[in-house]
Amino acid sequence: MAAIIELENISKHYSPTIIGVDDVSVTVEDGEFVTLLGPSGCGKSTLLRMIGGFEEPTGGAIRLAGKDVTWDPPYKREVNMVFQDYALFPHMTVGQNVAYGLKTLKLNRAEVADRVKDALSLVGLYDKVDQRPQQLSGGQRQRIALARAIVRRPKVLLLDEPLSALDAKLREQMQIELKHLHEKVGITFIMVTHDQTEALVMSDRVVVMERGKIAQQGKPQDLYDHPASPYVANFIGTTTFLPGKVSKCTGGKVTVATGGAMFEAETDHSYSPGKVVTVGLRPEKVRFLAEGETAANTITGKIAEVIYYGLGLRIAVTLSDGATVYADMLLPDRLSHSKLPEIGTPTRIAIEPHNVFVFEGNVAP
Amino acid sequence: MTRKNPNLFARYGADTGFMTFVAVLMAFLYIPIWVLIAFSFNDSRSLTWPMTGFTFEWYRKLASNTDLLAAIGNSFYVATFATVLTLLVGVPAALVLHKFNFPGKSIFRRLILLPITLPGIVTGISMLNMFKLMGFPLSLETVIFGHATALLGVVVTQVYARLQRLPKSLEEAAFDLGATPWRSFVDITLPNIRSAIIGAGLLSFVLSFDEIPVTFFLTGRDNTLPMYIYSTMRRGVTPEINAVGTIIVLLSLILIIVAVVATRERKK
Repeated sequence: MAAIIELENISKHYSPTIIGVDDVSVTVEDGEFVTLLGPSGCGKSTLLRMIGGFEEPTGGAIRLAGKDVTWDPPYKREVNMVFQDYALFPHMTVGQNVAYGLKTLKLNRAEVADRVKDALSLVGLYDKVDQRPQQLSGGQRQRIALARAIVRRPKVLLLDEPLSALDAKLREQMQIELKHLHEKVGITFIMVTHDQTEALVMSDRVVVMERGKIAQQGKPQDLYDHPASPYVANFIGTTTFLPGKVSKCTGGKVTVATGGAMFEAETDHSYSPGKVVTVGLRPEKVRFLAEGETAANTITGKIAEVIYYGLGLRIAVTLSDGATVYADMLLPDRLSHSKLPEIGTPTRIAIEPHNVFVFEGNVAP
Repeated sequence: MTRKNPNLFARYGADTGFMTFVAVLMAFLYIPIWVLIAFSFNDSRSLTWPMTGFTFEWYRKLASNTDLLAAIGNSFYVATFATVLTLLVGVPAALVLHKFNFPGKSIFRRLILLPITLPGIVTGISMLNMFKLMGFPLSLETVIFGHATALLGVVVTQVYARLQRLPKSLEEAAFDLGATPWRSFVDITLPNIRSAIIGAGLLSFVLSFDEIPVTFFLTGRDNTLPMYIYSTMRRGVTPEINAVGTIIVLLSLILIIVAVVATRERKK
């Protein structure tokens, strides 16, 4: 695979103190589905808009298929964008909207008609060709915007929070549809989102951004299982953080003492005893021990709160020092509903050492 | 619900108070116009009730009154060119205001709007002084300039407001789809502000057509229709004036229909 987009030390400084994007380098392979993930204001949209040509970087270079396009206007770049508000032209029919990008390519009428038909059929909306965007539902508009962008067969398709305007059910469905569309058309997709589920479900690779910089990038599973920082651990999935001190570190194992418990964790770092660290625990990796059962990293505490969310329970356990650890309990059997844990009961929970995150410093976000 | 939808009349007819209010409001707005139209066909010179008979006499007289016809012609000439001129300046001004940020932008915007808030007399006197200083002879053309200045604010506010409502992403989408800035303006921006331009143009035309204060100061020997009517009023309202009024009402109606048809959102 060859690199289709190369971002080299891209910066966007609005003023010496207001920095949108700070020295970001990313390479996107041809055909990849890459997601830029982060909270609002982290610079992900600005980065996408710079790839599209709607904003100019204050430093660095953007290469598209090896060619420097940093200063090219949008209409000279072979990339297309799906806008957050879809930006469908209200005075044109669906067909005219999709055809617009082909007319500027000066294709003949027959080919325009063919390709419009193909693109609209691909998103299953060819029967709406003569309607106006205002007459369509949100999900349909979203598909038209997609069709309008891919009909030009761009080298890269940019998606700016494409699903944020849809309701939850439809969003879930469109995530899968977009993923399938990506597989079908084989175009490189770069998507911006603040929704971690969206990023995990759809992308081949996720770039997590934090205040204009890249916090971590990698496959969804790598980010989830090996977050490089508490920021990433907190943004992707849920994590409980407990500050502590290293009491022992030998042979890839580190023992951390927090106020209410001792944790053993696997690590490839070596920590000197006494070092301040933060332990991260994912609720779904923490399990409840049966009576008499023993396990590594056993913690005792009291149940403080039980949150029911359908497929399971999220239970807050208060440790002896008052810190709270969240633990999930799945409810695969309806009968188990009869013995829901009661608030105030003492309980024992445990987590496998390879599931414990250790971050340097007292860095809970 | 098994009850049928009551029709509009049944629903509002029940509310007598509301219907009375509407009737009074409509009467207040339209009775004077109906009186004007009725008296333009009355065969007596005096405006007294009851009317004595039906006649086209005043329309015949009107058709042979060369001064009046010239005034009507002048008014059309002035209103047309004042509208064209103000659109030619106002639309680009609104585009610039919308598109660019520059120091003093808000001051510039307010300065453009000032002429509509100023009393016509002030605009009139100041432009009279300016034309005098420049040694410009007063004529219908100076009136056109005066009107175009006073009306600029109307066009700029209307078009600017529409542009503000237009999502920025539309133009970006056009760029994204390969349109140059000019092409995107013609294909995307213009069709979406078209109705605002037409509306502002019609409003300018009407305002210019019956404008008196600015015209009063800036015209030379030629008279526009409102000026002519004003000057003949010293001899009292003649039924001829009623006939002119009726024709103007008719023309306005046609204009309104044209405007509605031209700016209507196409529906399927």
